[in-house]
Amino acid sequence: MAMEVTQVLLNAQSIDGTVRKHAEESLKQFQEQNLPSFLLSLSRELANDEKPVDSRKLAGLILKNALDAKEQHRKFELVQRWLSLDANVKTRIKTCLLKTLTSPVPDAQSTASQVIAKVAGIELPQKQWPELIGSLLSNIHQLPAHVKQATLETLGYLCEEVSPDVVDQDHVNKILTAVVQGMNAAEGNDNVRLAATRALYNALSFAQANFNNDMERDYIMRVVCEATQSPEVKIRQAAFECLVSISSTYYDNLAPYMQDVYNITAKAVREDDEPVALQAIEFWSSICDEEIDILEEYGGDFTADSDVPCFYFIKQALPALVPMLLETLLKQVEDQDQDEGAWNIAMAGGTCLGLVARTVGDDIVPLVIPFIEENITKPDWRQREGATYAFGSILEGPSPDKLLHIVNVALSFMLSALMKDPNNHVKDTTAWTLGRIFEFLHGSTMDTPVITQANCQQIITVLLQSMKDTPNVAEKACGALYFLAQGYEDVSPTSPLTPFFQEIVQSLLTVTHREDAGESRLRTAAYETLNEVVRCSTDETSPMVLPLVPVIMMELHKTLEGQKLSSDEKEKQSELQGLLCGCLQVIIQKLGSSEPTKYVFMQYADQIMGLFLRVFACRSATVHEEAMLAIGALAYSTGSDFAKYMPEFYKYLEMGLQNFEEYQVCAVTVGVVGDICRAMEEKILPYCDGIMTQLLKDLSSNQLHRSVKPPIFSSFGDIALAIGENFEKYLMYSMPMLQSAADLSTHTSSADDDMTEYTNSLRNGILEAYSGIFQGFKNSPKTQLLIPYAPHVVQFLDSIYMEKDMDEVVMKTAIGLLGDLADTLGNNAGSLIQQSLSSKDFLNECLSSEDHMIKESAEWAKLAINKAISV
Amino acid sequence: MAPHDLRRPFKRPAISDQQRRRELSLLRQTHHRRDAQLQARCLASSVLSLQSRSSEPVSDVGVELVPKSESLPEQESGALTKDLDVRQASRLKGAEARKLMLPEWMIDVPDRLSHDWYVFARPAGKRCIVVSSNGTTVSRLRNGSILHHFPSALPCGARTRDVSGSAQSYCILDCIFHESDQTYYVIDMVCWRGYSLYDCTAEFRFFWLNSKLEETGACGPPSHYHKFRFSPVSIYSCDQSGLLASYTGAVPYVKDGLLFYNKHAHYQTGNTPLALVWKDENCSQYVIDTDSKGQVLSQQQVVLELRDDGKLSTSDDPVVIFGCLDGEVIQMSGLRSGDLLKFDISVGGLTLVDGKLEKADLHYLGKVNRARIFADSYSKVMFQHMVRHTPLKFEDLLASISLSDDQENKPCDSEMVG
Repeated sequence: MAMEVTQVLLNAQSIDGTVRKHAEESLKQFQEQNLPSFLLSLSRELANDEKPVDSRKLAGLILKNALDAKEQHRKFELVQRWLSLDANVKTRIKTCLLKTLTSPVPDAQSTASQVIAKVAGIELPQKQWPELIGSLLSNIHQLPAHVKQATLETLGYLCEEVSPDVVDQDHVNKILTAVVQGMNAAEGNDNVRLAATRALYNALSFAQANFNNDMERDYIMRVVCEATQSPEVKIRQAAFECLVSISSTYYDNLAPYMQDVYNITAKAVREDDEPVALQAIEFWSSICDEEIDILEEYGGDFTADSDVPCFYFIKQALPALVPMLLETLLKQVEDQDQDEGAWNIAMAGGTCLGLVARTVGDDIVPLVIPFIEENITKPDWRQREGATYAFGSILEGPSPDKLLHIVNVALSFMLSALMKDPNNHVKDTTAWTLGRIFEFLHGSTMDTPVITQANCQQIITVLLQSMKDTPNVAEKACGALYFLAQGYEDVSPTSPLTPFFQEIVQSLLTVTHREDAGESRLRTAAYETLNEVVRCSTDETSPMVLPLVPVIMMELHKTLEGQKLSSDEKEKQSELQGLLCGCLQVIIQKLGSSEPTKYVFMQYADQIMGLFLRVFACRSATVHEEAMLAIGALAYSTGSDFAKYMPEFYKYLEMGLQNFEEYQVCAVTVGVVGDICRAMEEKILPYCDGIMTQLLKDLSSNQLHRSVKPPIFSSFGDIALAIGENFEKYLMYSMPMLQSAADLSTHTSSADDDMTEYTNSLRNGILEAYSGIFQGFKNSPKTQLLIPYAPHVVQFLDSIYMEKDMDEVVMKTAIGLLGDLADTLGNNAGSLIQQSLSSKDFLNECLSSEDHMIKESAEWAKLAINKAISV
Repeated sequence: MAPHDLRRPFKRPAISDQQRRRELSLLRQTHHRRDAQLQARCLASSVLSLQSRSSEPVSDVGVELVPKSESLPEQESGALTKDLDVRQASRLKGAEARKLMLPEWMIDVPDRLSHDWYVFARPAGKRCIVVSSNGTTVSRLRNGSILHHFPSALPCGARTRDVSGSAQSYCILDCIFHESDQTYYVIDMVCWRGYSLYDCTAEFRFFWLNSKLEETGACGPPSHYHKFRFSPVSIYSCDQSGLLASYTGAVPYVKDGLLFYNKHAHYQTGNTPLALVWKDENCSQYVIDTDSKGQVLSQQQVVLELRDDGKLSTSDDPVVIFGCLDGEVIQMSGLRSGDLLKFDISVGGLTLVDGKLEKADLHYLGKVNRARIFADSYSKVMFQHMVRHTPLKFEDLLASISLSDDQENKPCDSEMVG
């Protein structure tokens, strides 16, 4: 048997597909027939130094996958499965795992480390495996360095896997002691030191108490700083990563170390290898993030007693920090602008400079201007590009007053550079900087406009000309035009863009047809800019949007003609269809929002819908998300006329609702269900059986991403509101689901922010469903069908009120539902509400809310309740 | 160890337009869901049943494309005004929107004043209807002339990007423009975001007005895209404290009397006894009619409409006849049916029998200024008459409240809210 496992594991990695498939089949069978014995064999395989390393590695991997999964629901199942295994079997498996840590084979050790951490992740929160940390720590004192290394790695994984609150402080102290000792310069073995440094990175979140203790903190910081000076580059990099993590986790405790850390980082930025230098820059970016957050919380009020004090590290370091960052800007890498994934010291330095500008505002300007002035006309492209990049980087943060003068001086220089500079990088950065100028210093909120009657024409001419440049430059020019248009979004009725509107649209369309529009995401940028130009069109220019409709429709039509496409071509086709459907969506929304354009536009509705349906038909199994979004917008414009498209559209709607894998598509489709309910009202009725069936299936599915479930509940409300008492037949299915979801949502202990947010969105969905149902039945003779559900609704409202963790949206929906309940059920609800634990307090709290939406709903509820209890 | 996330190179766009489209769609859906919910709640609170709304085809939003729908016979559209439908409401944007609900003058104190009525201090100024739609806002006076044409923060009141903005979305507000602080005081809400509030009770309209107006930013200070400030007025339940508050309380505007609105009344154009106005010298500069120079007239004047048969009528429906001109006079003066004529009430005054007008001693003065489009209402004539002879005093109002409170010792039914 044992031999057989080895062979099967090896076969499962065979190049021969048949052999591999057979082996996978055997493993599956084994697992299904006898899980405990399967897992035990795998752990023995992993622990056995006589077995081939490949079979051991795979055995470990399968074990790991038997303990954890990405998908939340699957993960939960695996945890339950492990916990229910026979204790004896688990002990034997764990013994094998711990034994493997001492193996001389590094691959086996490191696989075992990860598996141990997964088991710990399951068992420690259950207060099981209490001896684990003790036995790991005893390994630390063993002689062979590789055991020490494997143990430190295990501790690192363990800290990553389990939450700090399940490890007691005594163990935390011991883990940190072991880890920091391992990092110490006295440790002769680099592998051990590296493993310890990486372990510290994960253990930092456990070190809250230790960081509050001056002596312990000093010690940890000293060891980390020393590690940044190690001769081994990987250790230096790992040590800087620790510093970055400390900068955000323990910002409050950093003050005594900032001078030293500045010296260390400055040296690394100037002299060290790129991976280390990048982390050193990241340290300062991370400090900026912290201070931006803190200052944002302060608002304008500097006397506020914020929980977190701002130490103004960036402001203090400014005179030294800025020159250091400016130096990095000159370390550009050739062709970085053609490479989407490029990341280097110059880019990191510019990003950091931008964050510094946002942190300190005006103070940065005088420190950067001399650099710009000195370099911007130099013959070396690196200096011109660096100067331009510096300029572009500091445009967000300082006040417009501080920047306007230099921007006005620079603008014509930039326009000319964009036309004439011989270097592609310089032009790329120049176009980007123009975009930043328009993004931050142009728009109706500015007192002094950067773009004036005098220069508007020139700016637009240059940008349109630049859109014929190489793809990367043209893409940035499109981006600049995007923000230029956005700045005019609320001028009315005459926009300075009006005279150029047609030329701009034409130029953008020309860009989309460039042979090389696939490079540097140029085509996407051109359509995005076109979308923004359309969104910002005024009463004057929106009639000029109309002729775009047949143009984009024709483009979309062309994508449907290709036959027998390769999978690569199919992907391109689908991407282009996405852009075109997106553009149509924006156009539909724009033209549909004012009467005159809407009526003219509606002549195209049938054809557009026909095209969308054909886009859907291009694919066999999935629906196109962008086409679905566009249909939602179209339904809103057509109103109840949308009914005529339903016979053909329905199957795609169903398909979208069935798309568990691409949950975004499912979510978008659920949103469209709401759109068509509001558009068609009771005409949706014939399709409701099918839609409700799909939605109910979605809700019961464990595969569907949980984020889609709250909107599904909301769509119950949309349907009920549309079809009124006809919702009757769905009550027996939907109400129990709502009830159990409601119970679930009140019994979650919200461990983290994500969970709290999800719980709130789930509650909101449930409340919206109830609201729609109650309002839908209002004044119907069938109202009494809802009476049996009312006590649960009141109870649900009570319990979410008591838990005191609702956000404003939930509060508004909840108090509205209380009103709906009273409104629809009258005195049947009146007595329930009067007897309820907290309705009165809840209502009073909402009535005195600062939030006008809550107050509005509360006043409505008050009216309805007063009526219900006075009857 | 997890690699530290690299920062996104900030020369690349931070957010994709697709994500933006997705978010804008979600936003649009949220707004529409909210609108639908609000509409349901609003409808539910009116006397109309949901069924009557459902039976009305809502599919005809596009109908207005067809020219003949414009020429629907007047009586039909009149008959349909009971139905809450966007189409009907949208017609109101035209001529009908000029028709305001006109309070009668309070010549006696209604029963149950403290239970069924609201009271508020009427701002002095020009009564007008304000319509926001299609990116602009227009205010019109009662005679239909435009007071202002301006951008405002009301829904669809200025050309800004509004994802929730729909073609049908528009608002109609009943306002008083107060000259000295250049503010529109909103005293009633007729349509909001395309939903008619005509058939909603005053209770609901005021509730809606108070909660909705604030949310738009229309109450904010004027700006380039919001030329005039809007402001709600403080509306009180007409109990003792509410009445006192409206009478004596400080308000940011010059008061011109008190307005009383019946809580259960719908918005009804033209004169209605379910809204009442009352004044005395303490809360209005204009209690007794004055001439164009602001001098109190020595004798009460009335404006009456000349009818086919020579009779002189008020603007009420049904009309009240005050007297008759003989044919000869009419011919001599070149008067025609429909003319508005001004009279003095001479020494003979008004003769009342059992509270009804028996005889009026009228003295013809001439035609009125062309800007006038309505004759006086019966209640106005009577109120002016009383002011000069036996005014209805504030103490009378207070007394009637405490009297009715004594009589109806009903428990308060608003236990929920204290």
